[in-house]
Formats: sequence, C-alpha cells, structure tokens
Amino acid sequence: MAEKRLDEATGQHTTGHSYDGIEELNTPLPRWWLWCFYITILWGVIYTIAYPAWPLISGATAGVLGYSTRAEVAADIEAHEAKNAALVAELVAADLPALAPGSDLHRYAIARGSSVFKAQCSQCHGSEAAGAKGYPNLNDDGWLWGGSMEDIVYSVRHGIRNDTDDDARWSEMPAFGEMLEPEEIEAVVAYVEALPSGGTEGLGATVYEDNCSSCHGEESLGDREQGAPNLTDAIWLYGGDTDTITETVTNSRFGVMPAWGQRLSEEDVRSVSVYVHSRGGGE
Amino acid sequence: MSDTSQPLYAAREPVFPRRVKGTFRTLKWWIMIVTLAIYYLTPWIRWDRGPNLPDQAVLVDLAGRRFYFFWIEIWPHEFYFVAGLLIMAGFGLFLFTSALGRVWCGYACPQTVWTDLYILVERWIEGDRNARVRLWKERWSFRKARLRLTKWTIWLLIGLATGGAWVFYFADAPTLLRDLVTLNAAAVAYSTIFILTATTFIFGGFMREQICVYMCPWPRIQAAMMDNDTLTVAYREWRGEPRGKHRKKEGAEKLGDCIDCMACVNVCPVGIDIRKGQQLECITCALCIDACDDIMAKIGKPRGLIDYLALSDEPLERAGQKGKPTWKHVFRTRTVLYTVLWALFGLAMVFALFIRPEIDMTVSPVRNPTFVTLSDGSIRNTYDIRLKNKHGEDRLFELAAHGHPAYDIGLEGVGGQLVNVPSNETRLVRVYVTVPADTAPAGADRTDLRFWVTDIANNERADQNTTFNGKGN
Repeated sequence: MAEKRLDEATGQHTTGHSYDGIEELNTPLPRWWLWCFYITILWGVIYTIAYPAWPLISGATAGVLGYSTRAEVAADIEAHEAKNAALVAELVAADLPALAPGSDLHRYAIARGSSVFKAQCSQCHGSEAAGAKGYPNLNDDGWLWGGSMEDIVYSVRHGIRNDTDDDARWSEMPAFGEMLEPEEIEAVVAYVEALPSGGTEGLGATVYEDNCSSCHGEESLGDREQGAPNLTDAIWLYGGDTDTITETVTNSRFGVMPAWGQRLSEEDVRSVSVYVHSRGGGE
Repeated sequence: MSDTSQPLYAAREPVFPRRVKGTFRTLKWWIMIVTLAIYYLTPWIRWDRGPNLPDQAVLVDLAGRRFYFFWIEIWPHEFYFVAGLLIMAGFGLFLFTSALGRVWCGYACPQTVWTDLYILVERWIEGDRNARVRLWKERWSFRKARLRLTKWTIWLLIGLATGGAWVFYFADAPTLLRDLVTLNAAAVAYSTIFILTATTFIFGGFMREQICVYMCPWPRIQAAMMDNDTLTVAYREWRGEPRGKHRKKEGAEKLGDCIDCMACVNVCPVGIDIRKGQQLECITCALCIDACDDIMAKIGKPRGLIDYLALSDEPLERAGQKGKPTWKHVFRTRTVLYTVLWALFGLAMVFALFIRPEIDMTVSPVRNPTFVTLSDGSIRNTYDIRLKNKHGEDRLFELAAHGHPAYDIGLEGVGGQLVNVPSNETRLVRVYVTVPADTAPAGADRTDLRFWVTDIANNERADQNTTFNGKGN
C-alpha cells in the first residue's frame, strides 16, 4: 500500500493502490450512486428475511413471507386442474365412440391422453406408439383384441394377461415344442408363411387344421375374442421371418399389460384410449 | 486515513442552461416536435385489416405474438425482420457517429429530447438561468414552493403522458385508455405507466446529464467510432486565444476573438466549458455554437469560433489555411461503406418482405415411426402440416400430395383434404399419405413427395417438398 497523495497532473487523490508503480486515482462516485448502493444493501437484507435465503444444515431459512417455488407450482397445477374440471367431468360422462373429432372435448382428451401415454405407455409402446417387438404398434389398423373405442378402453382398463385384474383379457397359446415333432413345426411354419399367398397343402395344412385353427380360425383371420392374431395380414407382432415364427410356435408367447384402471384415474384411462384410437388405426 | 482522504461521493453540480436562439436550437426544436409527435401519436393511427384483426397501425400484440406495422404483419417465426431492423439501426448509428460524432446524443436521444422539454418547462415556470440560480439559492418560501410544485406537477404530467403512450403500443389504444381511466386495465399496464412516469420524471427533471455521464455506455462506445475526420463540436482555440474582455484597453489587438463572455458555458446542458477541448460529457448538442455565433455577430466578428470541426483540419487552420470542405469529411470510405451495408440490409429486408408467401405452410414428416405397415400391407406415412392464415377472414385450404399417382392423402380423424383455418390463426393438421403394398413408393427407400395447398376461394397456391418413406428405409 502506497501513500495516498494528491496527483498533480489531474488534481485528484490516489487510492493508495499501487501495482508496479502504477497508481489508481480515486474518482468519487456521484452521491446518488452511493445511495443506490446503500439501498441495494438494505434491499438485500430485507430480501433474505422475506424470502428463503440462508442455507442451514438441512434446508434453509423459510423467509417470513412463506414463499416457495414448489408451493407456487402446486398452486399452478391446482389452478389448471380447476380450469379443466368441467372438461374432465364431461370426459368421464361422455359416450366416447360418439365423440366428434375436432371438438373441444376430443382435442382435450387427445392432449391429456398424449401426456398420459408418454408417462405411462411409452416405455413399452414407444413415445409415438410405434411399438416394438412384442409390443404392438398402435398406429396401424391391426388389433389383437379389437380397435373400437370400447375395446381399447377395456384393454387399457383391465390390461392383458395380468394377475391383478380378474377381468383382464386372457388367452394362452400352448408351447407346441412339447406337443409336435420338429418336422411338424417346420411344416406348419412354412404353411403360415405361405398364408398371405393362399397357403399350402400337405403336412403343414394338417398340423394347422388340428392344432391352430381353433384359435386362429379356419381362414387364419384370427379371433379378437381370444386375442389370436390374424396370420394372413402384413403385421407381425414378434416378426414374420421363419426363425421368429418357429420360435413362437415352439415356445409360445405371453405378452402382458398392466390393468391401468387400477393405477390411473377414470379420465386418464379414457383420454389415453381416445389418444390411442386417434393414432390412425382406430375402428 | 491520511489528510488526503476524500469523501466517497461527489455531489452533483447543478446546471442551469440559459436560453439560446440560433440555427441549431431551431433544428433541435423541430426534431423535438417531430420525435415527440411520432412517439405520442403513433398508437392512435388506425389501419383497417379486416374484421378479425386489430385496426391499430402500430401494435405489439404480446399475448397474440404478432407485430403489426401498417400493412406489414410479423409473426414470431419472422423475427429476423426485427433482427434486421436492429442491424440497420446499428449501421445507421455507426454511419452517423463516424460522420457527425455524437449526433444521436445531441439531437435524437430520448434522454436529450425529454430533458430539453423539461428544461423548457422549467424556464417557463421559473425564468431563465439567472432567475433559476437565484431561486435555487433562496431559502424555502411560499413563492419557491409554489414554483417548484407547479414545475413538478407539469413534469409529472409529461411523465405520465410518456408512460401512458408506451403502453398504448401494446394494446388497442382507445380501449386501453377507457380501461385505464375506469380503472379496469391490467395491473401490468398501471405498473408500466408508473415505472415510466417515475423514470421520465427523475431522469428528465433531476438526473439529466448524470444519465449520460455515469449510466450510459453509449458515449464510451461512440468514442471508439470517431476518427480525425469526424465532425464534432469544438472551439477554434487558435482563433479565440488569448481570450480577454477589455477590448478598448491597450494591448487588446493581441487578444483573440474570445471575449470570455461565458455564453457557451451558460447554455451548456451538461455544464462543461467547450473551450477546454473535447470532453466525455459533451453530447454535441451544438447550443454553444448558437450562443457563440450570437455573440460574434454582436461584436462584429465572423461566426464559427465554436463550430462543427474535424480534428484533421486543426493543423491546416493553425497554419492559416482553409480546412477541407465539409462534404470531404463526411464522404469517405468508412461512411460510404456503412451506407452501403445499411442499404444492403434494407434492400434485403424489403425484398424478403415482398417475396413472403401469402400462404404459409410448413411440413414436418413424422419420423417416429418412419412408416406404418397396415394389415393389407400398404404403407402409410404421417406428416404434420402447419397452415397459417394471416388474413382477416377464415380461409378454406385444399391439401394434395403429388409425386406419385399412388399417393392417397387423408386428414387424421376426419379424412378428406379440406382444412379450414380461422382468421389470424395457425392450424396444425396431421395428414396420412398411404400407398398400396405393390407400388414403387411402398418398396422403395425414399420417394419424392410434394404437398400442394390451394386456397379454395382464390386458387392461390403454395407447395412444399418432402419425402415418402417405404419399406426399403
């Protein structure tokens, strides 16, 4: 620290700070500026008393105004829910199949359903309902258990092959590896693969007739009562190549979906069903 | 602490600018009238846009996210127009600063214009410089209180009009005025008016030059843009010095033209002495030029002892030669370059404005999933199409998919190809394009697809290219 002195060239005092002989002039602030500093200090003190500020060992001082961002979010959500209450009531009471596309209620159901879908369904069905191996693509027009609004609501509410809901959709394909000879399986797979082009005669047809037709039907068009897929269409849940079909016939498949009626509110079940129905495949 | 310690602050030296008449003062009055008239009156200009759009010529509709400027309507996605205007404003300031120094500060800056107006009111109520200095030194009396209160009231009313005019740019002015008067307007309108009234009152009435000297970054930035050819207000020291009052005394013939009358100092709104050379505080308002010219005329000397001068002329004038003509100072590579850049941006924006499509369509292909196989094997792609209707009436659009005869187009949920877009709205529609299993686009990786959108009423058309994803994808 150097001496504070009067700088002759400028007529101003120095601050006493010296760096390698370079000194700093003390240029005083305007008075109002100084007062602004004092006011901001005062403001800061008041602020830390009024609002949450000082960190403590667990948590922080709450502030005398009792403000918290979390409470604000909660109030926001509550306000939104209050605003939507009328629509929600309407949705719960609505006759869903009669819902007109483009109506306010329909748009609300889709918007709400889209959020529910992303939070609850996208883990298996994908964020845009494109599905994956074993998880149906909900954008297409192939439906295992039916694609009408009522069918979709039922599937969502009760789920599929779960132990928690007595009304869950249920069916079980046998593992034919324990019942058929390998060459019989090979033949029936070849038969199934040829179905789109009319099928084949011989062993495959016989094995199909004896073992598969009771569920998948004489015409192989499937049976929605039992969730038996249509084997003639272009949609394959697990894959339509020889290896995959062989595996399906040998070991069977057992896709499970939870009963969302037990986990979601009625309006959420309904809105997510409307959303799924709107994806381009609803019947 | 040693005896050389100083206080932490410097009290403001009050400035009492004297009244002045002259060329630049007249110019400044006109600029003040025009700029204030533009500011106060613009929100009241009406402009018919059709039944569903606001009829205010200049309106920043924050809630609706629109900016209306006479026949131009800017949507948020066209914000680059605002960026372009800012760039043009930037180049404009570069141009003016390199040619004429702090001409913005001296003539057009709101701080200068409103301070000028406040000083006018002050002079009107309290008298000219000498009367104001006397009043300032006087002890408080009924007269002083009356004058001060009158002045502050008028200042407050001007501040109120300033804050009031600001909010009219953001809502329909007649409606908002009615709401404001009947106490029905939004709280944000009142708080904005309050803040702007307070800042106008304080900045124009009390802070004045302190804003420019201590708070505004612009003087510092401008200093970097000036050079030796920049015209700025300066004192011809070589002509004026040595200054002296007593013209009839012996030895007066040796004196310069400056008679040390202090006219230039007394009229200065920032309280400096221009004869000390260029100073940070100087806003180049040119009032000292007017004041000095007036004195020079009275004592029979040529005008221009204080004048717009370029530094590069100083050596010439000291040597007794004439400086370069003004146009040579102004017209030089830098200023030409700035003008060209400014004009290029302006032309580009005008061009962009004119080629803006009347129908605004954006197409985003839905890529999750890239395509959907339907049970009959046909392939379906999904597209999100946004249609904007900037007109005052509802419009009915027809969508069509071109590029392959097999493309079959349908709107999600409702089917068909017709979309009604309400006035001044954007409508998002989800569109399916489907092709049968045995067609080329179904098997290919990608096939070109072009969406056509046609306004049914007038057959105006726009198109957008995208692709169709097949199984090969």
